[in-house]
Amino acid sequence: MKIKILKSGLIKSLKSTLWFSILLFPLLVMKITVKEGLAHVTYRWINLALIVPSALILSELWRYFLQKKGAGGNREGKNRGAVITRLIYGNKKIRNILLAASVILMATYPFYAGMYNTNVMISALIYIMLGLGLNIVLGLGGMLHLGHAAFFAVGAYTYGMFFRYAGQFFINAGISTGWMFWIAIPLGGIMAAVFGVLLSLPVLRLRGDYLAIVTLAFGEILRMILQNWGSVTGGATGISLIPRPWLFGINVTPRIAATYIYYIVFVFVILSIISVSRLENSRIGRAWEAMREDEIACQSMGIDLVRNKLTAFVLGSVWAGVAGVLFAAQTTYINPDSFTIWESILILCIVVLGGTGSISGVILGALIIKLLPEYMRAFAQYRLLFFGLALVLMMIFRPEGIIRKIRKVYTFPVDEIENKPAAEGNS
Amino acid sequence: MEKILEIKNLSMVFGGLRAIDNINIHINSGAITALIGPNGAGKTTLFNCITGVYKPTEGDIFIKRPGKNDQEKISGLKPHIINRKGLARTFQNIRLFSNMSVLENVMIGKHHKLKADIFGALFRDRKTREEEEKVVYDSYEILKKINLHKYVNEMARNLPYGAQRRLEIARALSTEPFLLLLDEPAAGMNPQETRELEDTINRLSTEENVTILLIEHDMGLVMNISEHIYVVDYGKLIAQGTPEQIKSNPDVIKAYLGE
Repeated sequence: MKIKILKSGLIKSLKSTLWFSILLFPLLVMKITVKEGLAHVTYRWINLALIVPSALILSELWRYFLQKKGAGGNREGKNRGAVITRLIYGNKKIRNILLAASVILMATYPFYAGMYNTNVMISALIYIMLGLGLNIVLGLGGMLHLGHAAFFAVGAYTYGMFFRYAGQFFINAGISTGWMFWIAIPLGGIMAAVFGVLLSLPVLRLRGDYLAIVTLAFGEILRMILQNWGSVTGGATGISLIPRPWLFGINVTPRIAATYIYYIVFVFVILSIISVSRLENSRIGRAWEAMREDEIACQSMGIDLVRNKLTAFVLGSVWAGVAGVLFAAQTTYINPDSFTIWESILILCIVVLGGTGSISGVILGALIIKLLPEYMRAFAQYRLLFFGLALVLMMIFRPEGIIRKIRKVYTFPVDEIENKPAAEGNS
Repeated sequence: MEKILEIKNLSMVFGGLRAIDNINIHINSGAITALIGPNGAGKTTLFNCITGVYKPTEGDIFIKRPGKNDQEKISGLKPHIINRKGLARTFQNIRLFSNMSVLENVMIGKHHKLKADIFGALFRDRKTREEEEKVVYDSYEILKKINLHKYVNEMARNLPYGAQRRLEIARALSTEPFLLLLDEPAAGMNPQETRELEDTINRLSTEENVTILLIEHDMGLVMNISEHIYVVDYGKLIAQGTPEQIKSNPDVIKAYLGE
């Protein structure tokens, strides 16, 4: 029996090896050089000798892991394997130490990291905010939203256009333009919310793939408007010289400015983390959870689905809008190219790779996806290849993401309440 | 006896199929009424029409809420609105929130009675915290009534089958309905569990002042507890009356056993 399984497995591996060899033959083995108008084909057989064993090993490994996954597939409820998950959720002491260490590390980052690194970290932090925003829509609300970058753009352009049209007024009035940032923050959130409501009205009746397509189209439409309505939005050249946040009206060196923005963004990220976790563990979060579990039952229990989805969608958009304002303040220059569909996909990758619905997962995802490519410039060419590969492997072996979502379950303190009268009676 | 639910000339058509064909039914306040019929007769479709999952093709459904003088039309309203007016239901194929705890399932039923909004969630002010604490206690009280409190912190999916069915009732009850619609509450239960269910339903009817309409195939249970029975077959109402009248009705026997 066992030999039979082994044999069929080996045959499968041989088949995929053959397939790989045929596929890769023209790419890796044949080499065509043109000399004096004639094409010469040289065969590099040594490469074939490499392809065959590696394909064989890879296919054996693949099947081994798939089998392992199949065997352990039904361990629902148990804390599944992942070391990171156990580290974060398992031991409260370790978790607190880790948390404190990372907060201190992040809070002092600009002092030891240098300006380049600080700027890189700022954009990573902005993506954490974007990820947390999408996490409300996708992880809590359960809606596949592919137009998140559009709301990012709404925020950034709110600040940009606010400066473009109201900047002169501020200068004439003798008020530092740096103040505009602080007005733009709530304004960006409000504008994103308005756009969120406008988009939700037709969209929330849709589900799954349809929702994804419509939100994706919305993102592209918005970007096209920004790009082509040059007289209002600045067109493809965008808006430049957006003021940095106000810092006591002093002209500071770029390095200090970066540090300042770093701290603003840092505070916003902390606020976002607290807000999202509070939302999750609230009456609204509970309804979202129920909505993801069973929509029909949820409705029949008196929960207004449309309203719940709208709340999730608009809240997620507000986060993206605020992140957009921060982004505009950091780069001081925006144009439609910063808000392509690729941006939306990237944010989705952050959430899915990190762990849908898990805040620490989203943070980790954002750091991985934004920092790795930045510091691995040598492999920049292969970036997309790695992304694709990582996501495919992720979906097969760990669909819940790097850090699995663990929800705080409401419990009733039975021992405390039920045994109380008895305890009182004894005393 | 006042009619708290009145269904007038109701029809539901799916393509060429008349799943419900011109049905007239009314339910009296405080009664336990049963709706029986062979499989595929249109019983669950009728429930879905009453609770707003389907919009009926023809006809109207009216309710009269306790303490109000006028009838209200509810056909065509959204399910959550109908629920808020005081109609709660359970499902034939259990539809619990299986990855939530038993307590949370009941808390969801209380959702629309609570007021905490986004700002309450973000700032966790005292009012919100008190409200959340209260809903946990209230939910526990409801679980006690249905005798499920020993499972309070279990995940709903880990409950025994009979307990899951009762949890559906508890969840429906937590929305504070005046009319409870139970869709095959005894399906898949063993005789012991069915007896407990019978007690529970009787208790709800007498102590909680809830009017009950149930679909059930367990004839023993139906005959024991219901005061009035409606029989449907092929979407049509073929008989109605007390259990004794139904037992001896030739049309009903024909529908169940064939000719």
